[in-house]
Amino acid sequence: MVLKVFFPSCCSSAESGILIGRWISEQNSAVILAVVHFPFIPVQVKQYLSELQRVTKVNVSVLGSWNNSKQEKEESLSEFLEDLGTIFSHEPWIQISKEGDSKFWSCSTLQKRSNNHREEEIILVYYDQRKVMLSCLHPPLDTAASTAQEAEDASRLSAIFDTVAKSKVLFMTDKYDDGPIKLTHWQSDGVEASIIVELMKQASVPACMLLTFLLSLISGACKSRMLKFWPLSFLWSKLSTCEQLAHRLQHLQVISSNKKAQNQTQLMRKANIFVSLLIDVALGILLMSWLYRKNRIGHLADTLIPVADHVAEELQDLLQWLMGAPAGLKMNRALDQVLGRFFLYHIHLWISYIHLMSPFIEMILWYVGLSACLGLTVALCILSDIVALLTFHIYCFYVYGARLYCLKIYGLSSLWRLFRGKKWNVLRQRVDSCSYDLDQLFIGTLLFTILLFLLPTTALYYLVFTLLRLLVVIVQGLIHLLVDLVDSLPLYSIILRLCRSYRLAAGVKFRVLEQQDGKPLRLLMQINPLSYGSVVQTYRLPTYSCYPKDSWTSLCKKLFLGELIYPWKHKGEKQD
Amino acid sequence: MEAGSCGPPPGCPPGVEERPFRSASGEPLALRRRQHSASCRELALRRPRLQLRSLSAVTSAVWLAAYGVFVLSENSMVLSAAIFITLIGLIIYLHFVKIDQESLLVIGSLGIQLTSSYASGKESTTFIEMSRVKDVVINEAIYMQKVIYYLCILLKDPQDPQGVSEVVPLFQSSQPRLDCLMEVYKSCQEILDQRKEAPQSSGIK
Repeated sequence: MVLKVFFPSCCSSAESGILIGRWISEQNSAVILAVVHFPFIPVQVKQYLSELQRVTKVNVSVLGSWNNSKQEKEESLSEFLEDLGTIFSHEPWIQISKEGDSKFWSCSTLQKRSNNHREEEIILVYYDQRKVMLSCLHPPLDTAASTAQEAEDASRLSAIFDTVAKSKVLFMTDKYDDGPIKLTHWQSDGVEASIIVELMKQASVPACMLLTFLLSLISGACKSRMLKFWPLSFLWSKLSTCEQLAHRLQHLQVISSNKKAQNQTQLMRKANIFVSLLIDVALGILLMSWLYRKNRIGHLADTLIPVADHVAEELQDLLQWLMGAPAGLKMNRALDQVLGRFFLYHIHLWISYIHLMSPFIEMILWYVGLSACLGLTVALCILSDIVALLTFHIYCFYVYGARLYCLKIYGLSSLWRLFRGKKWNVLRQRVDSCSYDLDQLFIGTLLFTILLFLLPTTALYYLVFTLLRLLVVIVQGLIHLLVDLVDSLPLYSIILRLCRSYRLAAGVKFRVLEQQDGKPLRLLMQINPLSYGSVVQTYRLPTYSCYPKDSWTSLCKKLFLGELIYPWKHKGEKQD
Repeated sequence: MEAGSCGPPPGCPPGVEERPFRSASGEPLALRRRQHSASCRELALRRPRLQLRSLSAVTSAVWLAAYGVFVLSENSMVLSAAIFITLIGLIIYLHFVKIDQESLLVIGSLGIQLTSSYASGKESTTFIEMSRVKDVVINEAIYMQKVIYYLCILLKDPQDPQGVSEVVPLFQSSQPRLDCLMEVYKSCQEILDQRKEAPQSSGIK
């Protein structure tokens, strides 16, 4: 079978020595992690390797010899390296030698135990050690869930990535250490670190503790009995601002927990939440500074009352139109007048209420605008709630119209059954035939006729108010969509994919390098980064998102029958 | 079968064979076959490049239409919008749509790599490990009034050893005809046969 040797490109210019790494016998491949230089004592090397095996749980052993002769081929050195094969017994013993600055190395194996001396083909694959160590392969193999059998059967790529990633301890010793072993790997020139990162790591511990303490205070205050009384709890559940604030509180709790992230997914989630909160608050403060400059809040408050008045006037005009002969249809005069006057009075009450509030509007808006510093999402939720409050009368009209229409439809369907001599059997939940008395039939037919001829009027009112209500629902839906976008977008992952694309790997790609006859096949293994779509899909933050709970057909059916529609369902809400 | 040239045509490095073929829609393709080693082979299908005359034709048509709208509406924004749209459209076409070369790199005992190179230089690569590959076959599909042949890689199903979990079609944008597909098929099978000859290591069969 073909022997594959994964050689780190940083060791190409290393001095002669022996190769250490992991041998994966199922795939006949050797992953070389570092080169140990002369002089060394074999006993100490074996000790070091067993210590390393214990710490990293990776089966590291001596795999072969590396001969980098700068001038001519040194015969004595190559014989010495062959003899080393007897000290460190490993099947097969890999010998790689490089002459001068030549790109083409010669690679051979020594098989002592095998009987058939077949010339194995050798493939030399170069890989960038640092990038493979830092990268994370997607889809991630969940080692906790998979059985041992599956883990053995794992793809060779994840085995290689795993080997390099788990050997971080090996890469901590550099050439300035005074140990018995001299290694060459990607970090052998010295570990690099950034002072700012280290300082931030130290500062984050007390900051997290402070944040946890504050959050426990806040959540304790929120859970107090005072806020759970019936009118208040109903109000909190209806306002989307409270939901958004609770959601963000939960996020803060995730970040400030002092448990270290177990695996890559958790780490990315924490980072995404942190960046999302940061961007949210930054945008919110930007919005706030824009609002409070040049007294825009005052202008907003000044225009709010006239806008509400204007809406009310438009509604009054609409009702006057309905009370006349709307679109040429002939309405039932009496019912029309009753409904029209009822709604007009309702609007009059609403306008008086708004005018009552008008002196306080500016102050309320000013304080409410301050809450935009909690984040852009909170500001958008407040906007959505204000829209809901200002259009409350439209909601009321819709409910009145829908109930009336619904009653009418049910009455009509029941009397239609009576017309045909049938009845709805509640026990059996089906339509049964029934014999009615003459006077029952007479009254039923009369009522049926009345309801039928009053249907167009009610239906028209219902249609108009349903359309208005749907308009408001669509506006609120769009705002919530925007809030969801800001909430769930994994910005940290996207920026990571942009700047350090090797950290999110979908797979690898091979490039065939220059070949020479008689030398092993040379390949370069590079990391194939994940596409942006998969990044967003994998690392999306879960939200309490609103999504339409009805399909289009059931929505139309509900509209036709006059049932009240609540098109947006929140996760965790009880089904009515 | 097309009569192919035997030696390498000019502009081709030694050790590389290049033969002309045709795609299903009639455009000329060039299949380049290169043997890197006993178990490594690269097959590349080159498509004709973007022609200057089709590019100028489309650009002139768009600009004439924009000029016509400008004459009617007297709004100079139409002209700048047309230039902008043409530029953006060209960039999008070159970077996302126009595939210049599709290649298949078969490395015995490592895997199969598919690369599509776009006109703007972008390369999109997929690597399938050999342990996941069940076989490479030529399938036929009935599309409207045509029967088209396509080469595809069958992937193993982890649960069912005899089953096929996924079919990966190759050369989707070049769509070569059957003669070209047979050449590619023969090359691939020579390498895939090698893995059956080698003694199987322990593993799930």
